[in-house]
Amino acid sequence: MTRIDAKFAQLKAEGKKAFVSYIMAGDPDLGTSLEVMKGLPAAGVDIIELGIPFTDPMADGPTIQLAGQRALEGGQTLQKTLDMATEFRKTDDTTPIVLMGYYNPIYNRGVDTFLADAKAAGIDGLIVVDLPPEEDVELCIPARKAGLNFIRLATPTTDDKRLPKVLQNTSGFVYYVSVTGITGAQAAQQTEVAPEVARIKAKTDLPVIVGFGINTPEAAKTIAGVADGCVVGSAIVKEIAAGKTPGEVLDFVAGLAGGAHSA
Amino acid sequence: MADDLINSFMTGPDENGRFGIFGGRFVSETLMPLILALEKEYEKAKTDASFWAQMDDLWTHYVGRPSPLYFAPRLTEELGGAKIYLKRDELNHTGAHKINNVLGQILLARRMGKTRIIAETGAGQHGVATATVCAKFGLKCVVYMGATDVERQAPNVFRMRLLGAEVVPVKSGRGTLKDAMNDALRDWVTNVRDTFYCIGTVAGPHPYPAMVRDFQSVIGKEVRWQLAEQEGEGRLPDTVIAAIGGGSNAMGLFYPFLDDPSVRIIGVEAGGHGVDEKMEHCASLTGGRPGVLHGNRTYLLQDDDGQILEGHSISAGLDYPGIGPEHSWLHDIGRAEYVSITDKEALEAFKVSCRLEGIIPALEPSHALAHVMKIAPELPREHIIVMNMCGRGDKDIFTVAKHLGVDIAT
Repeated sequence: MTRIDAKFAQLKAEGKKAFVSYIMAGDPDLGTSLEVMKGLPAAGVDIIELGIPFTDPMADGPTIQLAGQRALEGGQTLQKTLDMATEFRKTDDTTPIVLMGYYNPIYNRGVDTFLADAKAAGIDGLIVVDLPPEEDVELCIPARKAGLNFIRLATPTTDDKRLPKVLQNTSGFVYYVSVTGITGAQAAQQTEVAPEVARIKAKTDLPVIVGFGINTPEAAKTIAGVADGCVVGSAIVKEIAAGKTPGEVLDFVAGLAGGAHSA
Repeated sequence: MADDLINSFMTGPDENGRFGIFGGRFVSETLMPLILALEKEYEKAKTDASFWAQMDDLWTHYVGRPSPLYFAPRLTEELGGAKIYLKRDELNHTGAHKINNVLGQILLARRMGKTRIIAETGAGQHGVATATVCAKFGLKCVVYMGATDVERQAPNVFRMRLLGAEVVPVKSGRGTLKDAMNDALRDWVTNVRDTFYCIGTVAGPHPYPAMVRDFQSVIGKEVRWQLAEQEGEGRLPDTVIAAIGGGSNAMGLFYPFLDDPSVRIIGVEAGGHGVDEKMEHCASLTGGRPGVLHGNRTYLLQDDDGQILEGHSISAGLDYPGIGPEHSWLHDIGRAEYVSITDKEALEAFKVSCRLEGIIPALEPSHALAHVMKIAPELPREHIIVMNMCGRGDKDIFTVAKHLGVDIAT
């Protein structure tokens, strides 16, 4: 049982929806992003997604692209991102951390080395955007063997025929991408999301968390209400990009978390 | 026979789109169903005689194929060694080999009922070819082009717009070909229902590398019979040579010769300011290492942390940090050799081609020619080299003038 599984068991017992937040590691600099990260659990965040910056984030909109660029210009590396988790774990041993990014920085480090280092740093799960189930032998299966959850994205283009393949080696939770598009682009519609979540839940016992296009406490409440929880990324990253202090960013996050938890 | 098949270099990719460890389908889940649908349609079209009849008809009457295989007498005499033939793909409609592939993909898009075509372009040749074929078939066309390239390739931007395409300058990253490809993929992820992504080179997720290779293989297939016509039945080239950015013109020339062990195969990468200097080049094979980008595993220019580097080349068409996965495989198994040529050497070859053969080449094949100039003098007179003259130089005269210190702007 990973911290992710434990967290969902706890939320279920409390009758609460999960609030998942995304920040880019090292954005705008290592110190600031670590300070924000450390404050997330107190702001109501149940699961932390920590972005690994990459030069070519093909599935991300301008907000996350620029966050990655700021982090890389600030000297962020995969090692420094793992170090953030190590540092975070000194004071928090329960909040799950999911690394989210693209395959090349991981492949470049070496899958086995990376998995050992990630596990040692207290990482619980991975979301790797450019690894569909067709490439499961690359990282998904080794990650599961190493005791890390591999969280898969399901999308509106994942039809019923394909869904079992997508769910097959997924663990932790299923991340339902509510729109066809890039991060931060459009708003998700509750009326479209609800039947999709039901379609996925009919095929799996895993929690289904919905992301993409959620940017207000109201939207967080509406979307979390028809799923097991929701993810907010770009809206938080925008606050960081606007130069808000960690305190202000965390206030904004607390509002979103409140929305999701009131669902 | 069975052994011959097992030992063939022409059976790839496997069912997972792999050439050895290279290739694959490294795309987001949203795109996965789309590339699987494309693969299915391509597999059907491949064995459909009517599809190829349509291709042949367009190649003949719209593109002007077969392109000539031209014996270059003065170049041969000047170099004093091997006999040099140029495959004249620069004479194709739109001025390069790119249209060979675009026609195939647009016919597939029509079979799939897609009405909107997107493409990425670097120098603009693939963008112009795509805009051209879309105009011919009345399809909406959107071309992503790095903002830096939009500035340095203004004539091609104007051409695409004349042809009715929308050209989107890409400002993300550093505004070159790799960023244009990122934004094309972002567009595709957003417009999954009606849009077909027409990739310009032998890269991207499976089935693109194999499909683009198959469409470009018309180049090498023509060379086989054309050379036999001119040099006698059964005569194969001793060396085939082509420039490589992503590697589509090279793959098109090489592929039909992979199983002829007597044919030496040489790919020429863009060496920029020199491969020894700190990444001021685009030589992925000679200066990079395996990684995953744009849907496939292949050799990439990257830093110690797996971040992708921007290359440099005088030729915008070679300015890409990766290379088609089949080239990476041919490199690793040693079936093909890969070398690099600097900006300076390519410029020199550009001038030689103009002066000796009356052919103004694009800067891309000028790289290939520069390597021909290096090796031909050492080879015997009966040695036959076939080089792919894959594009004409009209688009490059401004760049060349600048490097020669000539002001032609006014």
